[in-house]
Order: sequence, then C-alpha cells, then structure tokens
Amino acid sequence: MAFGGPLRISMPSDTEILTERDFAAPGHLVFACYTQPPLIKRWLTGPPGWTMPVCVFEPRPGGRYRYEWHKGEERLAMSGVIHAITVPEHILSEEAFDQDETGGTSKSAVDFAERPEGTTVVNRLTYASKALRDQIAATGMAEGMEMSFQHLDALLAEGWS
Amino acid sequence: MPTSANLDATFRALSDPTRRAILARLAQGEASVMELAEPFAMSQPAISKHLKVLENAGLISRGRDAQRRPCKLEAQPLAEATGWLIEYRKYWEAQFERLDDLLDELKRLEAMTGKT
Repeated sequence: MAFGGPLRISMPSDTEILTERDFAAPGHLVFACYTQPPLIKRWLTGPPGWTMPVCVFEPRPGGRYRYEWHKGEERLAMSGVIHAITVPEHILSEEAFDQDETGGTSKSAVDFAERPEGTTVVNRLTYASKALRDQIAATGMAEGMEMSFQHLDALLAEGWS
Repeated sequence: MPTSANLDATFRALSDPTRRAILARLAQGEASVMELAEPFAMSQPAISKHLKVLENAGLISRGRDAQRRPCKLEAQPLAEATGWLIEYRKYWEAQFERLDDLLDELKRLEAMTGKT
C-alpha cells in the first residue's frame, strides 16, 4: 500500500500525547469510521481477545459517547462528551476511563486531513497536568514492569545462586 | 532514543525488588523518604541508598524543599526501559490495521453503488 501506516507517536509537551496515522481512503469514510457506532465497533475492539459490545456515539456538540470492552468477566469502559464536531474534519471531546480513580479527564482533538492519496488522522490527547499524564502512563508501566521483572528476578537468582 | 549506557543504568536500578516497589509506590504520587521507608520496614539511610541509585539512573527526581525533598517518578526512562511506548504503538497499530481493512471494504461498497 502506497499510503497508510506506520503510526507516529510523540510527546509534544509535558501534558500531551500526539498520534498520527495515514489511511488510504477518502476523508468522509475515515470520519464515518470514527463517528458511526456500527463502524466504530468493527475496529476499536481493544486488545486481542476483547470485544466491544457497547458503543454509543452521538455526533453533535454536547453529544455523549460510551465505549465498553469485555473479555469474560473483565470490563474496561470509557465515557466522553463531545465539545465540538465539524463534519468531516474535526472532533473535540473530553473523556475518562471508568477505572481511572484520579478523577481527571483528558481532552481529545482529532483532525482529519484529506489529501489526494488518502487521509491523515492526527489525535492530540491533552491531560490536566504532566503528573496526570505520567501517572496514567506510569501506572500501566509499573504493572507491566512487575511482570517483566519477575522474569529478570528468576534469571538473576539462577545466575547468582 | 535511549543509549545503551542509559538502559544499563536503568536496568541495574530496576533489578532490585525494593527499588521496584518504591517506583510502584511513586507511580501513585510523590512521597518523602520517611513516607517511603514506612511500608518497607527499612531504615531511612537504607531507603536513601536505594533512592540514590534510582536518582542516578534518572528514574526519580527529588524536590527542592529542603525539609521533605519529595521523590517523584520520572516516566520517560521507565517508558524507554519497559517498552511502554512500544506496547502503546503495538496496541494502536492493531486497531488501525483493522480500520484499514474496514476502509477497504467501505471503498469497494461505494464503488459498487456508483458513489465516488
């Protein structure tokens, strides 16, 4: 495919995460995939093994959205409100995971730029503070780290016993 | 990108279970040496020694407040060492590859119905 992938990720400031991705499709189709629940459910399905049985998206200013992912008894869910929406190029919203106990929300600005060869989608996630962004990142990291380093523990124990 | 010397220091710092527990605690928010020493049943000098290793590896920073000097987690070296960004990328790439397939399907559908 001439146009499309790979994903570009950066941290342009202390409170932001920026992702950019090219798609080999016209803007109105990409926009539809971000704003129509039957289409959202087809691709935003979460990690392997998870499904997305609940998907609500009201594409209007003040509209709500709600995503729920299930895997057996496990649940992960996110709710948000749309502050501004311009078809087919811009969505500004504010969202939070149910599981996030910090009470902080993050702002999400999604821009769709159509070009002759396809559409570039830029998503800017802005957290209330650097501490919040790092905490969200670090909480996940600490868990992942604990798992990775159980292996290292075993390895070191072998080497030094 | 992290240099291999940086990664070495990071991994050496992370190779100790007490230091990893300290980092897990700091992921919840800043803490003073006294607050950190409490759950570990260790003396403050022993904890301070661990903090020095973590600070030299750039995994934590210390506040300027002379009294408390609160410790704070520095996310970036940890992200580099633990591949958090790699996981983040892998996760979103998988979602976007499904979106690529869906878009191909929608393009074919539009072509069939004569809309361009």
